[in-house]
Amino acid sequence: MTRTPNSRFFGRLDGDIAGILLLAALLIVVLPLGLDIFRLNMVGKYLTYAFVALGLVLCWGSAGILSLGQGIFFGIGGYCMAMFLKLEASSPEATKIQSTPGIPDFMDWNQLKELPWFWEPFHSLTFATVAVVAVPALLAFIVGLAMFKRRVGGVYFAIITQAFAAILTILIVGQQGYTGGINGITDLRTLKGWDIRTDEAKLVLYFVNAALLIGCILLCLYVRRSKLGRILVALRDKEDRVRFSGYDVANFKIFVFCFAAALSAVGGAMFTLQVGFMSPSFVGIVPSIEMVIYCAVGGRLSLLGAVYGTLLVNWAKTMLSESFPELWLFAMGALFIGVVMVFPNGLAGLYQQFIAPRLGRLRPRSGSGAGAPIIPPHTAAD
Amino acid sequence: MANPTDYLLAVEGLTVSFDGFKAVNDLSFYVDSNEIHVIIGPNGAGKTTVLDLICGRTKASGGSIKFRNRELTAMKEHQIVTAGVGRKFQNPSIYDDLTVFENLEISYPRGRSVFGALAFKRDAAVRERVAEIAEMIFLADHLDQRAEYLSHGQKQWLEIGMLLIQDPELLMLDEPVAGMSVNERKKTAELLNRIIQNRSVLVIEHDMKFVEDIAHRVTVLHQGKILSEGSMERVKNDPKVVEVYLGH
Repeated sequence: MTRTPNSRFFGRLDGDIAGILLLAALLIVVLPLGLDIFRLNMVGKYLTYAFVALGLVLCWGSAGILSLGQGIFFGIGGYCMAMFLKLEASSPEATKIQSTPGIPDFMDWNQLKELPWFWEPFHSLTFATVAVVAVPALLAFIVGLAMFKRRVGGVYFAIITQAFAAILTILIVGQQGYTGGINGITDLRTLKGWDIRTDEAKLVLYFVNAALLIGCILLCLYVRRSKLGRILVALRDKEDRVRFSGYDVANFKIFVFCFAAALSAVGGAMFTLQVGFMSPSFVGIVPSIEMVIYCAVGGRLSLLGAVYGTLLVNWAKTMLSESFPELWLFAMGALFIGVVMVFPNGLAGLYQQFIAPRLGRLRPRSGSGAGAPIIPPHTAAD
Repeated sequence: MANPTDYLLAVEGLTVSFDGFKAVNDLSFYVDSNEIHVIIGPNGAGKTTVLDLICGRTKASGGSIKFRNRELTAMKEHQIVTAGVGRKFQNPSIYDDLTVFENLEISYPRGRSVFGALAFKRDAAVRERVAEIAEMIFLADHLDQRAEYLSHGQKQWLEIGMLLIQDPELLMLDEPVAGMSVNERKKTAELLNRIIQNRSVLVIEHDMKFVEDIAHRVTVLHQGKILSEGSMERVKNDPKVVEVYLGH
């Protein structure tokens, strides 16, 4: 009994926590010191996508459920926050030149005479904050219930989520009097009287975002460490075996789908706060697939990998689009093919394969990084 | 007709058809408490389908399956497991990416709901039970190993262990010794004879030597129907059985 499962468990814990501390140091100390506020705000924007990537690590990486519609939840979270901010920006004084003062400008342009009923509760920040998480989670619950109880899975599930992303985009664009249409909800100004457009506010929001992200990583780590996390891996492998071990498999899938949706929505809300608007271009099929690519590049089995992957891909996107805008789409396509063909476990897999063994030689018991425990050594090479 | 309340498992008039083809046709048989009941028969006789029907994987077109007088055909798979029926699949069905310990732990009958699983604690009771089962299935030295790296025979034992940890009253095994070495087969027979205490076992098997070693009662299936039933001795000498199955 030299190595009980328990000692192994704590050995892994050390490595994960070390990785998270390293990320925290990078996000909270190194980047704010090294970047000007414009770039830092941009990193903050990238990090909002990392919430989505974290959700995908659990949903896709752990449980094997590929959702191509995470933009739905990112978008709804963002819209919930944007609705509150828009109402605050649409006080009767600020909008007195409109034919109906006191309602958002785009409603006035669309000849709406009063605020629609579903906008009313968004006067309250508390309601809006709860809605950011609750509305996407509820939607995910309904979709999950309808799909997983009927044992729809795999490719079919992915296609259906994609269809939902398309439907939601069309709905938002089509109902522009209620949603701001293709332009989205723009011209957001203050949060409870605090101007979110100033450099100082952007700095504060960056730190709030980074702290939330670290919190979410810890939450994900808890879920993965729990028996539920292992059940997710088990049902990815042998769904029937889990079912015939006395588990209602659908409930576990619904849970992880809702959890991923809620995470994405937190990212969406932080996006709105930091960027100052929300539009259907962050909801549809293309952004949803891009989010999957962030996760895949970082490594769908690794929480930290997904965060680094998101940062890296977005940074590359910005750099390339600034200098060679026409090249970006090709680069993105090549990246996706590369991930699938050459390194299926993403950056985390490469780290695991090439760097971790070397670190191990330097330090007898080095950490494996938050995601690594379930990466089989040989699949990275497949 | 016997009163079904006397039996642990009572299958009566069970029928299932796939696109008009009757894979199991008006089948009736009974399993007593503490009995090792073996189902044999040629390929396509419907043996695996019978297990699928009992554990809820396939829905019956007609007939009834009563386990302790509870109708199983109306229950969901996980409810059937909770009621006390465990099933081993033909190919070793284990979780490759998890360790032997984790494989066994997932089958430990506690924290089976979503939030139960989130709050599940790996306490002394769990560790002791896992260690006890691992000892029984000859895997005590492999607890930390990823299940993927076990040999074929070890995987079969692991899956049997995953069922044992649930402590089912009825254990259903689909070809437990298929692909095993002679030595492994012997150990498996030993294992089955040991775990028979306080439970019934329903086994599908092709290996006649193995069947002779373990069976209390044998049912021979042919084209979804019972061809013969009784002790191994009786079945072996039944001319109908010899003709369709044993003779080859």
